Amino acid sequence: MPDLGLDVLLKGKNFERLLEGLGVSLKISLISILISIFFGILLGILRQRENAFLKFVMRLYLEVIRIMPQLVLLFIVYFGSSRSLGWNVSGETASVIVFSLWGAAEMSDLVRGALISIPLHQFESASALGLEKMRVYLFVILPQAVRRLIPPAINLVTRMIKTTGLVLMIGVVEVLKVSQQIIEANRMKSPNAAFGVYLTVLLLYFVVCWPISMLAGKLEKRWG
Amino acid sequence: MSEVVLEISHLHKVYENAAVIEDLSLTVHKGEVIVIVGPSGCGKSTLLRCINALETFQGGEVTLHGESVSKKSKDLPGIRQKIGMVFQNYELFPHYTVLENIMLAPVKVQKRKKSDVREEALALLKRVGLDNKADSYPRQLSGGQKQRVAIVRALCMHPEVLLFDEVTAALDPEMVREVLEVILDLANQGRTMLVVTHEMQFARAIADRVVFLDEGGICEEGTPDSFFDNPKTDRAKRFLNTFTFERKNTVMR
Repeated sequence: MPDLGLDVLLKGKNFERLLEGLGVSLKISLISILISIFFGILLGILRQRENAFLKFVMRLYLEVIRIMPQLVLLFIVYFGSSRSLGWNVSGETASVIVFSLWGAAEMSDLVRGALISIPLHQFESASALGLEKMRVYLFVILPQAVRRLIPPAINLVTRMIKTTGLVLMIGVVEVLKVSQQIIEANRMKSPNAAFGVYLTVLLLYFVVCWPISMLAGKLEKRWG
Repeated sequence: MSEVVLEISHLHKVYENAAVIEDLSLTVHKGEVIVIVGPSGCGKSTLLRCINALETFQGGEVTLHGESVSKKSKDLPGIRQKIGMVFQNYELFPHYTVLENIMLAPVKVQKRKKSDVREEALALLKRVGLDNKADSYPRQLSGGQKQRVAIVRALCMHPEVLLFDEVTAALDPEMVREVLEVILDLANQGRTMLVVTHEMQFARAIADRVVFLDEGGICEEGTPDSFFDNPKTDRAKRFLNTFTFERKNTVMR
């Protein structure tokens, strides 16, 4: 058995710190995901409107966010805004802003896709029963769209969680940053620690994301 | 004659520069069953869809008890509650059970008591022979069963007029009858109905008045007997001829 340097994790509060780092990653993910879901649904519905200007703006937003690497977005919001606009946002806030912008854009596209997959006749038969537009959406269209939305949305959620690894680049001390610190601090005594610690990080991400994927599979089966 | 329920006057609808309905007027009295027949593309379905404002129209007016029905109506949802519509493809809500499908609008829109609506829904389901399917999902039903549920769903709103848009066109032949019998039963109860259908025998049996539509206008109308036995216009004759078949017997040698 090669020396993976796993002993490092047992030293002092190293493993606890790693979990705290994971906590930061998950906090950023969770807040961004909630904001993304809310705005994603709102924007997804708005994109259904036959308003050329609105459509153009949404399209532009989606394309820009998609084309830009998340890392560049993080740099713009964190470093760029503080110099040019005088905003003094913390790394975590900047991360939440970027991930929400990204998540909402992607989510709005998923919502739109799910909505247009519902046949027009469902709108019509609900309207013919005297339901107002709001209720047509609330009781007929959205419940069906949500069922179609769940698998790709959960895919997006796990992608967002995994991508939060990037925020260490703007100085947020999340799980990857903590691992780096642990590895650096023990470079002399356990030169092999990199493998073991990063492997642990991988496992931690797995432990978080796997149940989410399982849930998606279950829901898909139940509603299929 | 009894009171007027629905009045269509000088209806005019253009779609992509072609007139789909041209200057069509029709008065529907309480308890009357009007069957609308005509070749495909003559505007039958469009006419029904205009009556509950699923389509916009460019001219004329549709009124229900004097209240104007159009996309611009202030209380369109309110008016639509009084107009029941059943579609060719049932259009049940797949994520609700049969009972939930039926109860949705009465409970959420009309704010009626859940237990009352439930009782009525079950009674109506029983009447169409589906009381054992109340908790099934639409995907578990046959086409004919779905269509009967769709009819019950419309009935549960207590509409003043019922619109049937080729409700048997998507059904397998052996299921057509079970649906038509339900509609016949409704006619016997004295409901006001507009029925678009391709089932000529059924049309004859159920109609108080047959309206023959061609090229977006009423070409001929009359009692079923006079229309089917003595059509006056050539177009109606030609149309009715498409339903009769004759075999010219030639002796094969």
